[in-house]
Order: sequence, then structure tokens, then C-alpha cells
Amino acid sequence: MSGDPRPVGEDDLHGLIDGRLEPERQALVEAWLRGNPARAAEVSADRALRERLRARLAPIAEEAIPARLRVANIRSRHRPITGRWLPVAAAAVLCLAVGGAAGWFGHAVRQVPTVTLARTEPATDDAVAAFRTYVVEAVHPVEVRADEKPHLVTWLSKRLGRAVTTPDLTAYGFRLMGGRLLPAGSESAAMLMYDDDHGTRLTLYSRVGDADGRTVFRFAREGDVAAFSWVDGGMSYVVTGRTDEARLLTVAQAVDAQVRGLPVPPRQP
Amino acid sequence: MDEIAALIEPQIPALRRYAVALLRDREAADDLVQDTLERALSGWSGRRRDGDLRAWLFTIERNLFLGTVRRRGRRGVDLGAEALEQVPDPGADPETAMGARDVLTGLDALPEEQRSVLLLVAVEDLSYAEAAQVLGVPLGTVMSRLSRARERMRSFLETGRTGLLRRVK
Repeated sequence: MSGDPRPVGEDDLHGLIDGRLEPERQALVEAWLRGNPARAAEVSADRALRERLRARLAPIAEEAIPARLRVANIRSRHRPITGRWLPVAAAAVLCLAVGGAAGWFGHAVRQVPTVTLARTEPATDDAVAAFRTYVVEAVHPVEVRADEKPHLVTWLSKRLGRAVTTPDLTAYGFRLMGGRLLPAGSESAAMLMYDDDHGTRLTLYSRVGDADGRTVFRFAREGDVAAFSWVDGGMSYVVTGRTDEARLLTVAQAVDAQVRGLPVPPRQP
Repeated sequence: MDEIAALIEPQIPALRRYAVALLRDREAADDLVQDTLERALSGWSGRRRDGDLRAWLFTIERNLFLGTVRRRGRRGVDLGAEALEQVPDPGADPETAMGARDVLTGLDALPEEQRSVLLLVAVEDLSYAEAAQVLGVPLGTVMSRLSRARERMRSFLETGRTGLLRRVK
């Protein structure tokens, strides 16, 4: 007799349908089903469905793959930053937060799919929290004002141990207001703030990231605040704002390009 | 052939199959696969060395799909029954085609999270743990979504009704 005392569960039934059970467990589950004809009928229907679904979709996987999907062809076509995808970007967590969407329409960003994650990154959480704290600040939104930009850049770069730049977003209607230093665990983070003629504010948060290499561009939303984040070259970036994600993405693309020293992508119509 | 191509290209047929099942449009599906591969190549150095390549690729593909759907949704473009009609059945046998369309119609009526879990487990043969990784949910959630998906599909196959107001041919 089998020594497995665990009662039969839903997971066993799925395991049976999908053929994932050990022989001994399978025998036990099948014996259980013989005493439960109603459930056995459902399992039988589920198995039939599984086979129909597989049969229906199998021909697609048996086709010859289109030449455009060959890795070599994709590599040779690799698009610059202005392409359909926002490639993953660069140095320090830059968090761009847009506050107050007064008078703004979303610019249609047609071909730039975004990546949605179920969970947000720690950097994104910190950036959104900083955004909420400082964007509403009327008197001291920044520690060092933009008219002291050389000092701001030198100071933040020194504290982060990485070159911090202040992307020029005037083409998108945003002027640099200034920046501040924030704690980030045992490290430091930099936050830049921008605003436009409508009083809409952006904050750009950056810090040394947890990983090397590049990650995909990520979108997150927390209540009315949206954020884009990415990691590149040991730094992480997040873009957050009270705005539609199309506009936020357009600004984030510009930040990404400038941080990496690439040409600024044209503004989306 | 280089090493990356040797690892990625064997996964392309499955990535196409999942894309077609999600989008119901062959051209759009290949666009999605192409975008997935571009993203995978650009993120190649950042992927976890000990990670599961197949699950990683499906994760990228699904996330891109979700992003696309959300943007289309904002513009009010329906991805439902209309798109379904664009799918040429790859099977030559009309009998099979009829039965198969029924299955896909039922699938289309499921919430995306249930549809994906069923496709990844039952068609793509991902383990339950791999499916949990792709969907970004705990194993128990995979099981409960799978139960709901199978229950709704049973109901659909028995009654022919999807439970939603959809045009079903």
C-alpha cells in the first residue's frame, strides 16, 4: 500500500490532467476518482479540453518561422532609441515624477509598448514616496536651485559616487527647478525636480542600482502616481508622475537618451 | 550559429503559438514575438544566469502583450470577437477547424490571467512553478486560476456559452 497519507487535492487533479504526477500518486488519485464519479467526469472533460487546445494550436508551432524572427536578422535591424521600443537605459536611478496634470493631453506614443510588472521595484517605491513628499512642497521643493546647477551636479555626483546629469527637458516644456539628496538604505539617491508653465512638476530620482547590465523599461502605478523605471550599467532609474503614461514615457525617453549620451528622440506628435 | 541564437531560436515556435493564442492575429502575433526577441537580446546580459530561459522569454512576451492591450484599451480598440475572425485556421480539415474555433472562442472569454495560465501549463508545458514565475504570482494562485479557467472552459464546452456577451459564430 502507498504510504502517502496526504488527501487528494485540487493540485493533484491538475497534476493528473497535465500528466505531472508520480506513478504512485497518480494511482492514488485515480483510485480516489473512482469513488467520486462527478469529479471524475470533470477531470475527463478537462483532459479532453487540454487535448483539443493543444491540437488546435499545434500547427502554429510546426510552421517554418518567418525570416524576420531569426536572431541574426533582429540583431542586424537593431533599432536606435527612437525605435518602437524604448531600450533599457542607463546610470543611477532617475525618477521622474510628474505632478499635477493640469491642461495636459497625452501625447500619443503609438509604438512604444510598456512593460507592466505585478510588483514594483524598491527604487520605484522610494521614488514615488519622495515624489509625494516633495512635489507638494511650496517653499522648499528643492535643496539646491537650478541657478546653482554646476554646484548641484558636482555635489550629487560626489555623494552618489557616479556622474549625475541634469537632462534638458525644455523641448518637452519642463525646466529644471533644482534637486536634493535623499537617503537610500546605506547609500544616497539624487532627486531632480522640473516644472512646466502649468505648474506640473516632475521629479527625477537616481541611485546606484542592485544589478549590472540592463533591464527592461517598467511601468508601475500607485494610486494617481505613475512611474517608469529601468536599470542600466549598475544604476537604476524610475519615472513617476501624476500624468498619463504616454506623456511620462515621452519625457522618460528623453531622459534615457540624454543620460546615455544619445541623440534626443523626436517628440511624439 | 552563435550561442545566443542557438539558445533562443528553438523557443520561437512556442513564443509564436502563445502570441497567436493571445492576440488572434497572425501578423500582430509575429510583431509581438519580434518585439519579445528584441527585448530579450537587449536585456541578454542582464538576465539571471541560473534562470529559466523559456520562462524568462514568456515573461517578456506576456508583459509586452499586457502593455499593448492597455494602450489599445485606452483608445477604445476592441481585441475581442472582431480580432477573432481574422484568425485563419492553420488546420486544413474543416471539421477540425469548427471544433477548434469553439475552443479558442471559449478561451477568448476568459480573463487574461486565466487564459495565460491555461496556455502556459496545458499547451506550452511549463511547470506550475515556471507559470508562477511568468505570471508573477505564488504557486497557489496558479492553481486556483487554473481551476477557474478549467471550470469556465468546461461550462463553455457543455453549453456553448462563454458567460460573456460576445458574438460567437
